[in-house]
Amino acid sequence: MSRPAIEIDHLAKRYRIGLAEELHDTFGGAVLSWLGSPLSNLRRLRRLSRFDPGDDADVIWALRDVTFAVAAGEVVGIIGANGAGKSTLLKILSGITEPTAGRAVIHGRVASLLEVGTGFHPDLTGRDNVYLNGTILGMSKGEIDRKFDEIVDFAEVGTFIDTPIKRYSSGMHVRLAFSVAAHLEPEILLIDEVLAVGDAAFRKRCLGKMGEVAASGRTVLFVSHNLSAVERLCERSVVLDHGRIVFAGPTAAAIDHYLRHTLDDGAALGDPQRRPGRGRVRFTRIWAESGGAETVHLTSGGEASICLAYRISGAQPIRKVRVRLGWTNLLGDPLLTCINDLSGFPIPQLPGPEGTIRIHLPRLPLNAGTYRLNAWLKSEREIEDLVAEAGELTVAGGDFYGTGMSIPADCGPLLADHSFEVLAPSTAAGPAGR
Amino acid sequence: MSQPRTIVIAPKRGFQLIDWRELWAYRDLIYFLVRRDVKVRYVQSVLGFLWAIIRPLSTMVVFTVVFGRLAEIPSDGIPYPIFSYAALVPWTYFSSSLTAATGSLVGNNLLSKVYFPRLIIPLNPVLSNLVDFAIALSMVGVIMAFYGIAPTAAIAFLPFLVLLMMLTASGLGMWLSAMAIQYRDVKFMLGFLSSILMYAAPVVWPASLIADKFPEHGATLRLLYGIYPMAGVIEGFRAALIGARPMPWDLIVPGAISALVIWLSGALYFRQRERFFADIF
Ligand SMILES: Nc1ncnc2c1ncn2[C@@H]1O[C@H](COP(=O)(O)OP(=O)(O)OP(=O)(O)O)[C@@H](O)[C@H]1O
Ligand SMILES: [Mg+2]
Repeated sequence: MSRPAIEIDHLAKRYRIGLAEELHDTFGGAVLSWLGSPLSNLRRLRRLSRFDPGDDADVIWALRDVTFAVAAGEVVGIIGANGAGKSTLLKILSGITEPTAGRAVIHGRVASLLEVGTGFHPDLTGRDNVYLNGTILGMSKGEIDRKFDEIVDFAEVGTFIDTPIKRYSSGMHVRLAFSVAAHLEPEILLIDEVLAVGDAAFRKRCLGKMGEVAASGRTVLFVSHNLSAVERLCERSVVLDHGRIVFAGPTAAAIDHYLRHTLDDGAALGDPQRRPGRGRVRFTRIWAESGGAETVHLTSGGEASICLAYRISGAQPIRKVRVRLGWTNLLGDPLLTCINDLSGFPIPQLPGPEGTIRIHLPRLPLNAGTYRLNAWLKSEREIEDLVAEAGELTVAGGDFYGTGMSIPADCGPLLADHSFEVLAPSTAAGPAGR
Repeated sequence: MSQPRTIVIAPKRGFQLIDWRELWAYRDLIYFLVRRDVKVRYVQSVLGFLWAIIRPLSTMVVFTVVFGRLAEIPSDGIPYPIFSYAALVPWTYFSSSLTAATGSLVGNNLLSKVYFPRLIIPLNPVLSNLVDFAIALSMVGVIMAFYGIAPTAAIAFLPFLVLLMMLTASGLGMWLSAMAIQYRDVKFMLGFLSSILMYAAPVVWPASLIADKFPEHGATLRLLYGIYPMAGVIEGFRAALIGARPMPWDLIVPGAISALVIWLSGALYFRQRERFFADIF
């Protein structure tokens, strides 16, 4: 390993989260607490910036014992579920917030990109905002002067550059913001989830630009939920879970670890109380199986099952059931939907109180990629439960057509049985080709 | 390639002083933030920067009618309009800078998205309000010409008074902004605090009233009163612009000392608290 650019040593960060307010069931109690509320408010607010030993009921560790190093020129991905501590890590490294314990040493000029368009003011023109945002991100005026034309070109805002940006379309706004960020030239770049902006074409250009940045020998820490982008850009990745590093290594293995983890947790289903639907039936877990065993690895053309475990509350029978399982891409565009009664598998009544619905696909018609699942269940035409985000699955490229070869992943997500024929105009039985 | 810059990130302990070198490195950012404030202030308004004159001028009219005519408050023998306008120019600057500085950190999303010296945020309105101040100040000349008053040599002290006024506004601004981010009460308090501060300052009444009311202890009382820096600033402005009275050094000197104390303690307090800003904003 060459000279390190970032060395992180047992970094930890503690946050205070608000405890639930006390509830009173008597009027007197409410009045008393209202009278005392300035005192308790004072205590509560003081505690925002004070940590006393022993009061850890409302304290969370957003990072714990995080140790790793990044070599100069390396592009490292950081992945993890919501709230895992990814942004917190970048905030500490960029100096926005202080660690509670541990230390980090950074060799080189750092720029952090936790948001695009930080400091943009709607009433200022595009030009003014470029200068403002550029200096906020750490460029000097001279540097922006030099790159100004390039920035405007990349953003494709053309003649709008002297118009207040509140008159921009939201796409133009985002393009201008990203363009400023893309022209940063620090030695070390910290990026948090900023590529998910703009339209598809622009996103593609952003990724291209990111690829350039990565290839130009800069050190990059890259946080994203877009696993395919992480896979494309980073050789090595770190998986965070509840503030701890649970895996560090080659990106493919890291993604694997991460996906297995989130699906295992069933965390993706979220709180059933907050989900929409009447709730007489709730999904309790959603997972994938292949060859009869639970897995997060599916292969194109391979056998796959998705299992939906459910629980019925109450004694009423659940009749005329319609179950729908949707596959979408990471952007949420629907790709494939399985609906039991439309494909000829009516369910007149759901056996209770618990059970599993298995949707079996003998030959998975999806190309290599990452997909998201969603599911809902209706009975007698009313939604009982709806899970909008039931987790992500990766499908590995497989031999769908039995030819020993597979279709490249960028040819689109769908695979279907098909044949090719060459029909010559005159002789029906002529040889193929000329 | 040059030797890379090395930064060590670790929990900070103890007092932090102001890092002037770092502030200097961020001068472009300060410039563009101040420019944003100035450009945005009167955007889409018909009268634009005329508002910088209209606000103190309309207050002057009210004060002239209420305090000058009806209450007949003495004004050191100067026409009441110019007497109060000369005070309202620094006062308007002070109160609007202080209000803007106090609220500057609350809900400011820059805090959690980028690093830069946090001091820039409350100092920004102290700088950007100087533009309004300069415009309002130019109006003093017009009013003086109207009353046929010629400026005296004392006007040379004006830059020093402006500095003192900025020092006071930024010192209190650092204190109050760092408190307001944790305790929003400060924001509500500031509403009436600023009117108390105004009547405590010699805006509608002359500081000479003190010696008139308490002839035996007049000199000592004035020195004590001078601890409130805006007293010296405002009486100083009158002396420097209109020249009807000598420079009130007995107010300005204690004021300058206490402004320095407020500023240094404010800077220490701010630097002490700033480590929490991004977590609790
Ligand atoms: N200022 C704060 N005060 C209290 N808790 C905070 C604060 N900032 C973050 N947290 C908590 O710290 C934890 C980690 O947050 P962080 O923003 O680092 O997550 P993340 O991994 O970036 O998640 P996401 O994928 O949603 O962006 C979360 O539980 C969050 O609620
Ligand atoms: Mg985040």
